Formats: sequence, structure tokens, C-alpha cells
Amino acid sequence: MQAMIIEALSWIFIISGAIFLLIGAIGIIRFPDFWSRLHALSVCDSAGMILLVLGMMLQAGLSFITIKLAIIGVFLFITGPTATHAVANAAFMSGNRPKSYKDDKQEEENA
Amino acid sequence: MIKAILTLLSLAILWVLMSGLFKPLLLILGAVSILITYFFMRRMNKIEDEPITIALKPFKFLGYCIWLLKEIALANWAVTKVILSPRMPIRQNLFSIPHSQQGDMASTIFANSITLTPGTITVETEPGYFLVHALSFSEDDLDALADMDGHVAAIEDQRYFKTPSYQSTHEKVED
Amino acid sequence: MFAIAAIALLIAMFLGLARLFKGPTLYDRALAVNAFGTFTVLFIGVMGFLNQRPDFLDISLLYALINFAGTIAILKFFRYRALGDVPQKPEGDQ
Repeated sequence: MQAMIIEALSWIFIISGAIFLLIGAIGIIRFPDFWSRLHALSVCDSAGMILLVLGMMLQAGLSFITIKLAIIGVFLFITGPTATHAVANAAFMSGNRPKSYKDDKQEEENA
Repeated sequence: MIKAILTLLSLAILWVLMSGLFKPLLLILGAVSILITYFFMRRMNKIEDEPITIALKPFKFLGYCIWLLKEIALANWAVTKVILSPRMPIRQNLFSIPHSQQGDMASTIFANSITLTPGTITVETEPGYFLVHALSFSEDDLDALADMDGHVAAIEDQRYFKTPSYQSTHEKVED
Repeated sequence: MFAIAAIALLIAMFLGLARLFKGPTLYDRALAVNAFGTFTVLFIGVMGFLNQRPDFLDISLLYALINFAGTIAILKFFRYRALGDVPQKPEGDQ
């Protein structure tokens, strides 16, 4: 019974993690400009990664594999946002400025 | 001295966890690589001017991690809806948010938490405030980020910041 | 189940590659490389489970380390045009 619950939970985690990763990748393709694409990457880095690693940990059971997966998960959890911030900060420093929603409104009024 | 032994011990534990084998050749290789790593760490610490202090309350930090996971789940749902909706209602905005943490560690955790939550990204850090970029901005975002700021400030251990000089507190902690 | 996850990851990797080729600015490409790296790390892990060979996780951990260091190195090169010691500039002048 318990084994079945763990199996079902890992199914749910892995499938939903894969779906979130796919959604993030679609966002990277679909969004119109650089600053919104960063947010799509953030979906892959947080939800997709956490759910997939959790699902694999449940599937592996208590062993060295689980510890390795935990190390990978914690490492990606810390470096993912750091790398995103590095990309955003580099773009900001080079003079790439995001459009604010007020600019969008003004353009609509002018048009 | 205690610090050196603790570092070597944690490196050895990491090696055993990663390899999981106990052949003599592998153990010797492990010992050599641990010593090389320790040598590099000593060299790095000499170059770094300011040592890092981890001034956090451990149990409150665990509670904060759980709270952060809940926030990530909620924010993910919001961003997923934006990506999958046909019109993509984007309201980008760049705004500054003040932070009230005293130590470097806690403000780093706050900045990383903002970036980790989908929908908001820390773009630039200035002393006293962060520049944050939001995907679908609303006035509630400011309140939500101020709430997160309070949560991070609560996990900081105030005992480390009683004395005015940062350097002197660090020496006290090391004893 | 791992096969489904592997296929989803492959599609995601191709979408990331598409952005890498299409991306109008340098930073779009840096972002795509970062995303592609994350997908690859997870893909190697999933492939290890699919083939019943958990040793793949070591490769995946190594790839995660290299991916992070590589992204930071590329961005540092964009900004300072040097990988080693950064030439000292006066405060506030970027």
C-alpha cells in the first residue's frame, strides 16, 4: 500500500515537473522581449527542477542516489537564480532597459 | 585549528557520500584530493578580505524555506497562466524595493528569493534597496515583497550585530 | 514515466536551441545557453533512471557545475573583456 502511494506520488511529481519545464521552454520561445523571457526561464529553474528532482528522489528510495540527487537539487536551487540575476544585471549594465507598462499605455494612446 | 579539522572532515564526508566505495586505492585518491582542495581553500581565504559570517537562526531558516516553497508554487501558477494565455497580458515594470537586513548573508538570501520566485527578478543591488523587475506588475506586488523582506529579516540572528564593527563581531564568533 | 519526461525534456531542449539561434541580442543567447544547460542536467539524470544506470548522476552533477561556471565566465567576458583579473575602474563608471 505504502509502496503504491510513493509510486503514485513520484509519477505525479515527474509528470508535472516535465510539464512545467515544457511550459517554461514555450515561454522562452513565445515571449516578445528579453526581460519577459527571463521570467519564463525562472519557471523552469524553480518549479520544473524541484518537482522533477523530488520525483526522482522518491523513485530512488533511501540510498546514495538520493543523496546525490539532493546535492544536485540544492546546487541548482542556489545557482539557478544567481545565473538569472547575472544575465539580467549584465543586460542592465549594458544599457538594455525594460519597457514599463506606463510606456505601453502611452503608445496605445498615441496610436 | 578546529575550523581546519571541521573543513577536512566535511570534505571527507562529501567524498564518501559521492563515491560510496571503500577500496584502498579510491580512499588514497580521496585523501589526496581532499588535501588539494583544502590547500586551495586556504589560498582563497588569504585573498578574500572580509570573511563571511553565517548569522542565521537554523530552525527559523527551515521554516522560511517551507514558506518560500509555498510562495514559489503560487507564483509559478500565475506565470504559467500568463505564458499559456493566448493574449499574454504582460505588464512589465521596474521598481525599487528597500531591504531591512543587516548582514550580507541575509540580504543575499532576500535577493535570491526574489529571483527564485517566478514573476520577479532582482536586476541591480544598491546599498539599502534592490531594483526589481516584475512580469505582471500590480500594486499588491509591493506589499508581497515587503512581507518577504520581513520574513527574511526575522531569520537573522541579531546577536551578531550588537557591536558596531563587523570585523570585531566576526572574531568573537570564531572562538 | 521516465520516457515521457525524457521526451518532454528533449522538446524543451530543442525550443531552447531555437531561441539560441534566433535570439536577437547577446543576452537572449546567454539566457538560452543557461536554460539549455538546466534542461541537459535534468535530461542526463532522467536518462540514468531510464537505463537503470545511476552513475549518470555524477555526470549530471559535473555538468551543473560546469554550466554555472560557464555562464558566469561568458557574462564576465562580455562586461570586462577579460577572464582573469578585472581592470580596476573608478566607482560608478561602467
